[in-house]
Amino acid sequence: MNSDKKELRVNAIKNGTVIDHIPAQDLFKVIKILGLQNITNTMTLGNNLESKTHGHKGIIKISELFFEDDDINRIALAAPNAKLNIIKDYVVVEKRQVQVPDKVVGIAKCVNPKCVTNFEDNITTKFTVVDKENIALKCHYCEKITNKENLRLQ
Amino acid sequence: MKHKSLVSIDDYTKDDYLKIIEKAAHFEKNPVQNILNGKVIATLFFEPSTRTRLSFESAVNKLGGKIIGFTDAASSSVQKGESLKDTIKTVANYSDLIVMRHPVEGSARYASEVSNVPVVNAGDGANQHPTQTLLDLYSIYKTQGTLENLNIFMVGDLKYGRTVHSLLMAMSHFNPTFNFISPEFLKMPKEYKLFLDSKGIKYYEHEDFTEYIKEADIVYMTRVQKERFSDPIEYEKVKDVYILRNEMLKGTKENLKVLHPLPRVNEINVDVDDNPKAYYFEQALNGVYTRQAIIATILDL
Repeated sequence: MNSDKKELRVNAIKNGTVIDHIPAQDLFKVIKILGLQNITNTMTLGNNLESKTHGHKGIIKISELFFEDDDINRIALAAPNAKLNIIKDYVVVEKRQVQVPDKVVGIAKCVNPKCVTNFEDNITTKFTVVDKENIALKCHYCEKITNKENLRLQ
Repeated sequence: MKHKSLVSIDDYTKDDYLKIIEKAAHFEKNPVQNILNGKVIATLFFEPSTRTRLSFESAVNKLGGKIIGFTDAASSSVQKGESLKDTIKTVANYSDLIVMRHPVEGSARYASEVSNVPVVNAGDGANQHPTQTLLDLYSIYKTQGTLENLNIFMVGDLKYGRTVHSLLMAMSHFNPTFNFISPEFLKMPKEYKLFLDSKGIKYYEHEDFTEYIKEADIVYMTRVQKERFSDPIEYEKVKDVYILRNEMLKGTKENLKVLHPLPRVNEINVDVDDNPKAYYFEQALNGVYTRQAIIATILDL
């Protein structure tokens, strides 16, 4: 019965994408990274939902929107365990897991207060991901490491 | 060379290091040439560094080039609030190569991306100072006849010292053994030790000078800066432990050379200066030849 309930939630949109298993505290980061505040598609957001595996979670359902891998992997920094369900005609036609990318461009802020990206306006930050599991980003400019604990979004 | 600009020591390969050394030796034999005739080199020093600037300007002058630039940010348009990007783009119009010193980390990489002419990083905050590392390599090569299989002692502030970090990375291509001597809280950072582990390079850590110095080929001294200590008593306790004195060089290897990026404060006692193993002033002179080699290489001369 439990899995039926879940199916019901997921199937509530006809065509679109469901992003599940977002850590509750990071839901709004994910919204910001994907720029969802700027689109007009029908959208349902849920947060602080009970999750059997991840404590409290957030969920996003968007109608008529499908993401490219490169776009969706941008959320990996905030929600490394997020899962995507691609819905076509009320049916889950594909499940995808978010992958931490090799490079992170224009999302994160460098933790180093002396980094040029925190001084000069209009520099797009660039990082190489040096540790995908624990999230460690090496700044292309100042070469310092930004960890998950001190990660802020640009 | 992969990059035209020289921002970080990692921009160059082992092969590139050896080419620069070869060229530096060539300029040492013939330091005065006219190959930069008609070229303009900009030296943009957003923070003062007299030693580095004079070394670059001497290198350019000996090769017949002209210099434009400023010696600190107060006398430049930065004072009027101009962005780094605009300053660099403007100066790139007037010059063939930009030498830049800036207190902000990563500024040199950014400048190299917005500039139409090559940028040589002459120090970007605590990040990189690659021409220092190349002149250190040249000094080591010149005094030892090789870069391979050397035992290198690094002494002092190994936590914040960018020169020792860059030198460690560069020397890692040549199968060295490292000995690190520093107070506990200024130890070589873990990321560099992990890097050495990953390359199978041996290193040993000590809290003071011991008999082991007899095995050294190179002793690389750095300043233990008072500002690093939150507790002044702690500084008073350790400051004399990391002073190299002439008597400590008794029984060391014939080929040993003592290097220091300068300026020194008191970490090398002046009684070392007359010892033939003291090499820090020649090291500074090597900086001129090395910078000639770097500029000539970047401009394909």
